[in-house]
Amino acid sequence: MPKTNLTEQKISSYSLPTEASWAIKSRKSALNWLETTGLPNRRDEYWKNTDPSYFNTIKKPERNKIDYVENSIFENIDRINIVFEDGYFNASKSDELLLKGIEIDTISVANQKDNHWSANYFGVLEKSSQVPVERTLASLNTAFAVEGLAIRITDKIDKPISITYLHTNDTSDVLIHHVIKIEKNASVTILESGGVASRSNCLMEVFVCENAEFDHVRVQGRSHEKIAVTHLFANLLKDSSMKSFTLTVNGKSIRNEYVVDINGENSKAHLGGAAVGDRGFSQDDTIFVSHNNPNCESRQVFKKVLRNGAKGVFQGKILVKDGAQKTDGYQISQGLMLDDDSSFLAKPELEIYADDVICSHGSTCGEIDNAALFYLTSRGIPMAEAQDMLVLAFLNDAIEEISDESIRTIIGSRLKDWMVKRHKS
Amino acid sequence: MSNTDTYEREGVDQDTVEAVRTVGQKYKYGFSTDIEMEYAPKGVNADIVKLISKKNDEPSWMTDWRLSALKRWEKLVEPNWAMVNYPEIDFQDIHYYAKPKSMEKKPKSLAEVDPKLLETYEKLGIPLKEQIILAGVEVGVDGTQEQRKVAVDAVFDSVSVGTTFKTELKAAGVIFCSISEAIREYPDLVKKYLGSVVPQSDNYYATLNAAVFTDGSFVYVPPGVRCPMELSTYFRINAENTGQFERTLIIADKGSYVSYLEGCTAPQRDTNQLHAAVVELVIEEDAEIKYSTVQNWYPGDENGKGGIYNFVTKRADCRGDRAKVMWTQVETGSAVTWKYPSCILRGNESQGEFYSIAITNNHQQADTGTKMVHLGQNTKSRIVSKGISAGFAQNTYRGLVSMHPKAKKSRNFTQCDSLLIGDKCGAHTIPYIECKNNSSRIEHEATTSKVDDDQLFYCHQRGIGEEEAVALIVNGFCKDVLQALPMEFAMEAQALVAISLEGSVG
Repeated sequence: MPKTNLTEQKISSYSLPTEASWAIKSRKSALNWLETTGLPNRRDEYWKNTDPSYFNTIKKPERNKIDYVENSIFENIDRINIVFEDGYFNASKSDELLLKGIEIDTISVANQKDNHWSANYFGVLEKSSQVPVERTLASLNTAFAVEGLAIRITDKIDKPISITYLHTNDTSDVLIHHVIKIEKNASVTILESGGVASRSNCLMEVFVCENAEFDHVRVQGRSHEKIAVTHLFANLLKDSSMKSFTLTVNGKSIRNEYVVDINGENSKAHLGGAAVGDRGFSQDDTIFVSHNNPNCESRQVFKKVLRNGAKGVFQGKILVKDGAQKTDGYQISQGLMLDDDSSFLAKPELEIYADDVICSHGSTCGEIDNAALFYLTSRGIPMAEAQDMLVLAFLNDAIEEISDESIRTIIGSRLKDWMVKRHKS
Repeated sequence: MSNTDTYEREGVDQDTVEAVRTVGQKYKYGFSTDIEMEYAPKGVNADIVKLISKKNDEPSWMTDWRLSALKRWEKLVEPNWAMVNYPEIDFQDIHYYAKPKSMEKKPKSLAEVDPKLLETYEKLGIPLKEQIILAGVEVGVDGTQEQRKVAVDAVFDSVSVGTTFKTELKAAGVIFCSISEAIREYPDLVKKYLGSVVPQSDNYYATLNAAVFTDGSFVYVPPGVRCPMELSTYFRINAENTGQFERTLIIADKGSYVSYLEGCTAPQRDTNQLHAAVVELVIEEDAEIKYSTVQNWYPGDENGKGGIYNFVTKRADCRGDRAKVMWTQVETGSAVTWKYPSCILRGNESQGEFYSIAITNNHQQADTGTKMVHLGQNTKSRIVSKGISAGFAQNTYRGLVSMHPKAKKSRNFTQCDSLLIGDKCGAHTIPYIECKNNSSRIEHEATTSKVDDDQLFYCHQRGIGEEEAVALIVNGFCKDVLQALPMEFAMEAQALVAISLEGSVG
């Protein structure tokens, strides 16, 4: 199907909501971009390894065999819980949102107000991230997403804010758009968990102001049929820091895009991801970190364990602009293949215009080290257990990017769980 | 600091000092020779293609082959994915055929060649005449010393002007001649292999080359023969507003070995000139080809005016088991380079190696790298790429390592390092890694840094000047690749490294 035709069909399946003039302006601008550029297709270099048709199609997603409607993986953590059910905010299941230092509105409410703080932020990072690579699935989200949260943090928040996505309708197709602003000297941890929907397009715009901290841990659901595309756009000012970790277990096609713009000195951005999957699993991490100022640091640590015909894709880019001296940029992407049918496709990229920098990337892939396996089995550890140990050790570098120890434990147990199921299947 | 000081100092590698001393010479191949030329009218169309074919006395199958390529080319669009910027090329404003007039009648021996031509080669320092056997004595494996000979084929603008050591090669059974001669003399071999590695429709420039290539070298090494000497081609663009389109085809039959060197230069001109070559290597079972290039086309002046656009397609096909290919390149010239020497590792246990130094200075742009396509089992590849960027230059490594599902137990190691000299230049790395089976291993690492202050300080402390010190450090940075070059080339390359970086510091 020609690109424009498909785009037109997709657009006509949605309608623009009636909102305050600033919101309409943002949405129209995104829509305009989407109309002129069109949805991605397989011929786009940027979509070389992942088939965008899963996300583009107007067909209802296939019926999902959802194993269960699970509770949040972060259930046992002391947190502020906000629940979305099939893409819609569910107030009755959510905690009280009136707390000191936090301002939360759903965007369906915020976008109606003429004077909402998010007026200057909604769709802004999505728009600025359209060059040099078009991200029209994000434009689609800005144009039509009616749900999501506008979160403003003005203080240091101890309790993490947890967003739980429940999934009950097995053919749901949702768009969610979050706008988060962390004011000067403030800090927050945002946890996301759950399957969202059969097909989902989630977007998060994060503004990290001076000396602010943003911590983000995301656990995507476990369904094998899940189709998800996510965008995380972050803008970092002076002395700020962000950390984001994503765990992906199973799914049909998952694409996680990250665009981080470092716009102040002495800032840090750490991105990490662990993905495990089998049976037609296709997972793609596409990252763009732009160093626009001197003395900043960025890390990208992404690990994938693949089995039974799974595909892991990594496209990561570090851009160091002219003048961003003393940049420390590091990127590692690794694939571990447990059998012969899987594939790992990586494109780690560096684009550097400043000379006094330390930038490096590494990418490896292969099978479990037989020598290590032999060592463990020779000490009486059963084969399956030895394999699990080595797989967990492999993923550990990425998991260590999470600062909170209790969350690290939770993530670790989810991975162990996956491995136990693997032995049964 | 005077040169005598340089000589008196001990402990500094004499070669490096020598190399640095030549720094003042700028682009020493920038002269042009005033030779009467015969041109085809500007532009490319079926008539021009027929004319080129006729000038080369080609059989009709070759003319048809060219015409079908032209037909395809007319439908293609110029690629724009490379990280290079240049004004649009008017492909109809180029002479596709230029030939020194004195070559109208093919010279019977080198003595009949226009002395001006020989003069040009003299200036280039090419040992075209038989008596010049390149200096440098190699110690053989058994410890005996033998004199090293190099057979040379020289291509001047569009035509090959002379090939040396023909008889000696013939005795060994090696065919080394210009491709136009091969088309006439060995049509079966040419028919069998031409376009089998780089197909006509491969890419925009390769297709254009297939239509309008004027000359180039042809090598056939029969089964079990170890080519007795190194083969070498010198390419020279002399005439203004011409494009050079040469085609090289090298076939190493079962169990044979050949080492091939390629050098290129061009005069200093204000306008940009186009060079679009195709190199095809066929490596059969147990055979090995070593292909080394020192590319030193005119890079343009300090303001980025003039220079060669170098759009080259090079590919090696390891068809048989245990076939081996090694690409070594030193890229110092050209205003714009677009070049990816590739290896198709089809045979089981075949090996591909790629060693590259790409140096860009002033306004030069290079987008270069390699492709390693692993198809056979137990195949191995190794990539070592060193990019050096100075002035306002942009240097990109772009590569592909692909392990196909059947390429079990294959291995790749890639290392690409970039060095930045100055804060106005750029260094970029764009590797593609595709692994489709689990028993293969791929490792890729890349680093980007500047010339280390500590190292510079150390050199200064010992009284070594800024430029000298940088040349010294850069030569050290490139060592892995320089070591892979044949000896004669290694010396030249080392000197080139210093010359190319002239004016980039201080």
